[in-house]
Amino acid sequence: MSTSILQDNKEKFAELQRIIDEYKDKEGPLMLILHKAQELFGCLPVEVQEYIAESLDIPLTDIYGVATFYSQFTLQPKGKYTIGVCMGTACYVKGAQAVLDELSKEIGIKPGETSEDFVFTLEATRCLGACGLAPVIMINDDVYGRLVPSDIKGIVDKYRGR
Amino acid sequence: MEFYRSHVLICGGTGCHSSGSGEVMETFKSELAKHNLENEIKLVQTGCFGLCAVGPVVIVYPEGAFYSRVKDEDVSRIVTEHLLKGRIVTDLLYHDSVHEDEAIKSLNEVEFYKKQMRLALRNCGVIDPEKIEEYIAFDGYKALGKVLLEMTPEETINLIKASGLRGRGGAGFPAGLKWEFTAKAQGDKKYVCCNADEGDPGAFMDRSILEGDPHSVLEAMTIAGYAVGADQGYIYVRAEYPIAVKRLTIAIAQAREAGLLGRNIFGTDFSFDIELRLGAGAFVCGEETALMASIEGMRGEPRPRPPFPAVKGVFGKPTLLNNVETYANIPPILLNGPEWFQSIGTEKSKGTKVFALGGKINNTGLVEVPMGTTLREIIYEIGGGIPDNKEFKAAQTGGPSGGCIPAQHLDTPIDYDSLTQIGSMMGSGGLIVMDNENCMVDIARFFLDFTVDESCGKCPPCRIGTKRMLEILERITQGKGEEGDIEKLQELGRSIKSSALCGLGQTAPNPVLSTIQYFREEYEAHIRDKRCPAGVCQALLQIIIQAELCKGCGLCIKACPVDAISGERRSPHVIDQSKCIKCGACLEKCPFKAIVKG
Ligand SMILES: Cc1cc2nc3c(=O)[nH]c(=O)nc-3n(C[C@H](O)[C@H](O)[C@H](O)COP(=O)(O)O)c2cc1C
Ligand code: SF4
Ligand code: SF4
Ligand code: FES
Ligand code: FES
Repeated sequence: MSTSILQDNKEKFAELQRIIDEYKDKEGPLMLILHKAQELFGCLPVEVQEYIAESLDIPLTDIYGVATFYSQFTLQPKGKYTIGVCMGTACYVKGAQAVLDELSKEIGIKPGETSEDFVFTLEATRCLGACGLAPVIMINDDVYGRLVPSDIKGIVDKYRGR
Repeated sequence: MEFYRSHVLICGGTGCHSSGSGEVMETFKSELAKHNLENEIKLVQTGCFGLCAVGPVVIVYPEGAFYSRVKDEDVSRIVTEHLLKGRIVTDLLYHDSVHEDEAIKSLNEVEFYKKQMRLALRNCGVIDPEKIEEYIAFDGYKALGKVLLEMTPEETINLIKASGLRGRGGAGFPAGLKWEFTAKAQGDKKYVCCNADEGDPGAFMDRSILEGDPHSVLEAMTIAGYAVGADQGYIYVRAEYPIAVKRLTIAIAQAREAGLLGRNIFGTDFSFDIELRLGAGAFVCGEETALMASIEGMRGEPRPRPPFPAVKGVFGKPTLLNNVETYANIPPILLNGPEWFQSIGTEKSKGTKVFALGGKINNTGLVEVPMGTTLREIIYEIGGGIPDNKEFKAAQTGGPSGGCIPAQHLDTPIDYDSLTQIGSMMGSGGLIVMDNENCMVDIARFFLDFTVDESCGKCPPCRIGTKRMLEILERITQGKGEEGDIEKLQELGRSIKSSALCGLGQTAPNPVLSTIQYFREEYEAHIRDKRCPAGVCQALLQIIIQAELCKGCGLCIKACPVDAISGERRSPHVIDQSKCIKCGACLEKCPFKAIVKG
């Protein structure tokens, strides 16, 4: 196991151990632990997976298999702001594609990518449950609705400066 | 109990939350404090009222004043005028909630609610979902008490069977039968699970129930536990639903506290507990065997059935799995009797169905109607029709497993069987309305793109077949369609349907097949004439300046990122089609609406 990340994040790994201790006796604990670990580290780097594999005594390949199966688990760190563009049906029929294209152009990254300065991650998501306001985007916890492409620049600028 | 002279209900559903109901709530709190009204007026945060399109929604009782699109700055007016002086702020009321003489309509006179029948949604927008006392005050946990104290498990199952309730998760399997199979299965340990994975990408019925009335699901699962002989329940809920997760967590804690979950419920020897399990963004996990694998902490891949979950489910034990809305129907059925439920709906589909109404429709939101209501009633009466009086083109039901229903079927009474007959399906309740600016080939491509993305890859027909279909659709929408493509799509579709392992693959071709069935000429226009009649498919689009409308102001020249536009000042401009990248920038800029898509 590479020791560097363990050294740098001693407290986080101590916390991870606490999480594992809390959940390991539940039925089917792996997903529960991965969710918590991702909250803690922001993603699931291989060192974290190795640590969980050792603690639970299950093969690393099993953990890797689960972590890569689900789209919410991510192995790479994300930007400070994750922009989720709803591509649910209600938003799609109301022009979500144009909003996504505009964001892609404005930030200069494709959906699924993170900007080099780790400020933005752009994602296409499923229904956010706010179909009444379609098309909708979500930046971390903020929701913006009834959008047209020309709204995008102003919204992105608000986060750029922060 | 304290007495309040007014109740202010503020919608805390996801739709209204997104349009700012959180701030509205805070402002109400501080305004009430400012006027020393906290002991006279009660603020209640509820679940979705259904009319999310005009959110944030606030209803003030006893008058029943329905305020819509309430902004932060409107709150002080409502407080000082309405709550202090008793003068309703008419200009903030929802337009259809007042009579011409300005008297307030009761909610069931409002067009949007008139034809609705709220059973599964009975408490949504009525109670505070974070307070178990409010659920109990509306007959909550009464059905559980009745079952545990007065009925045997067999009687409970027979009652559900007699009601005719069918599963609301999509397939429409009779709920009572499933309970019976699970009850009869051999096993020392059994489970009751709730499918709250709500995979249809444009729908939020289950979410609204979980957010607006979580206890109804807990109560029903506990009843099911008693009926089938289980002592543990799991709710598999999407991690993308943070508010639902929070309210469920609160509800479970409160139910345990009140002795309605845990050991010896109602003093009987029946014990039952419920835990949450979070999904992690995989559509296929809505399929029952995949969902169970995911609860076990594994990759959510489906497996062949039989054995069915009723025999071999989570952790290899007999398991009952029902959908959120199915469960929400259970308590009222037990309290009002199976005959009552039988009296609602059509011959083979009893009760009501919740739909998430979206797309090109005025009243986007959540509606619940008796089975047998027609699409026309839902779209034109409840939904208020299509914006700008545009023409109805199709309604999509059943999400990625369903199909598009054209205008000629608007008067079909909706139930499980009639929708299947016209090439779509009930699905879980997504209902997306489309007008003539939506391209049916593109919609088919959209859904195939979704299924290709979400296919778990386990069986080749689904993994490879859907990809082949998507490639053909992409070619067609890019103007590279060939004669014979339609037939190829149909052939592939039929073979995937008959050979895929799970429901995802078996239904994936439906959106394509149904659009071919009803909108074949639109496919042909793309393939033969290289034309997209709806003006959606970018590659087939031309942006044109209409010479007779162009005043030669030059604004479009500045807007164009690739210098495709040229022309003398004050004379008509033209677009060089070989340069144009169809970004549409000029279209928005032209003050004379001279630029059009063609
Ligand atoms: C690909 C796929 C996705 C599904 N997604 C859901 C879903 O999101 N919610 C749901 O309740 N049922 C879903 N189902 C249906 C379930 O497998 C199952 O039939 C249902 O949850 C049973 O509950 P019910 O009988 O109460 O409807 C899905 C099925 C398939 C094949
Ligand atoms: S903006 Fe419109 S009116 Fe002005 S030159 Fe361009 S096309 Fe003509
Ligand atoms: S659509 Fe875009 S590229 Fe084409 S002419 Fe207009 S501004 Fe230029
Ligand atoms: S489809 Fe976008 S919020 Fe529902
Ligand atoms: S979320 Fe408020 S009315 Fe639907």
